[in-house]
Amino acid sequence: MASDTLTHDHDLAHAQDGGSWKGGSEPFKASYGKLMMWYFLLSDAFTFSGFLIAYGALRFSVPTWPVPDFVFSTFPGGLHHKPLLFVTVMTFILLASSFTMVRAVQEGHRENKNGVVFWMLLTIVGGLAFLGCQAWEWTTLMGEEHMSITTNPFGTHTENGVYMMGDGHDIKEGDTFTAGQSYLIHQHDGKFAPLQYKVTEGPDAGIVKEQQLGPKAFGALFFFITGFHGFHVLSGVAFLLIICLNAATGLYVKRKNGYEMVEKIGLYWHFVDLVWVFVFLCFYLL
Amino acid sequence: MSHITYEESKGLATKTILVLAVITVGEVLFALLGKGYLVSGFHLPHILMGGVMIILSAYKAYLIIYEFMHMKYEVPGLVKTVLFPTLLLVWAVIAFLAEGNYWNTSRANVKNPVKTEVVKGH
Repeated sequence: MASDTLTHDHDLAHAQDGGSWKGGSEPFKASYGKLMMWYFLLSDAFTFSGFLIAYGALRFSVPTWPVPDFVFSTFPGGLHHKPLLFVTVMTFILLASSFTMVRAVQEGHRENKNGVVFWMLLTIVGGLAFLGCQAWEWTTLMGEEHMSITTNPFGTHTENGVYMMGDGHDIKEGDTFTAGQSYLIHQHDGKFAPLQYKVTEGPDAGIVKEQQLGPKAFGALFFFITGFHGFHVLSGVAFLLIICLNAATGLYVKRKNGYEMVEKIGLYWHFVDLVWVFVFLCFYLL
Repeated sequence: MSHITYEESKGLATKTILVLAVITVGEVLFALLGKGYLVSGFHLPHILMGGVMIILSAYKAYLIIYEFMHMKYEVPGLVKTVLFPTLLLVWAVIAFLAEGNYWNTSRANVKNPVKTEVVKGH
């Protein structure tokens, strides 16, 4: 190996004055900026993994967990009971913006300034659309369903039973439910109003019970992890804007390095999409 | 990236995004099917659902890293230094899920203690 490289005059001279230790050569044939972006993303991957693993551990540590296709089933325009529809739309928006980013990098490789700016602008629109969707999702969860980082109104039944409807002396049996079904405790006049139900099977059959709030950690984990991801999207949009403006003013034309800056923000943007694949898996699919 | 033409890379990107989109739709439909939303009364075992979702998501991650982030075209040293450390996470996931499970059984034992009888010797 060494004799191969030393046959080149350039490498010989390079080796004599200290070789790679004196700089000037690129380890892994990648520029400093690109290499460091990869290692930053690796460390960021560990941060996200820490959060998602904490989510998994806490989810396993309680007997029940809110069923995602019940919790995430609202859609803009007053639609309800559309499990996973809205979050699928969000996933598609992020995937599409990843595609437009790939196109921007490809246009950069052939030094096409207008192409880079066009595809980067579309990527920014995608990022903003995703953030808008997340804002709507959070607003619904906090404003209408009253979930917060300390309160989780989404509980799950552990027994089969039937709801007791009406009040006072006129109590009728309402809808039935089975173990494993989730429910949302609604608020009346600023207070949670849990429904009463009668257990129909198991050792507690015949006993009337009241709905309980769900595991507390759910709200904190949801807002913190999707919030941390959303913050990555937000800062990604900010950097995309800066780099798009730089590209538009012709700054990277002078550098003649195939728009490497676009490539670096591209790596970051795809990473944000990559993290969403796992957030989507843990929070919505499993 | 230099050894394939602009047109080829454009086609590859389009192909990749379509595969990603199809997998995502497939995942959602599979989740809804397995939980009895599409065909009433039809349910799939939880472990099968989880396994399929995790494998499909891992494949999506592979496509994003290798195609979109161009990991395919980097030298082996770079690939190894970035991807090998993430193998530690395999241990972390297994260990912490087992730990969570242990907290669950401990908590259940506190609420409903298992009664043990101490037999006294003569």
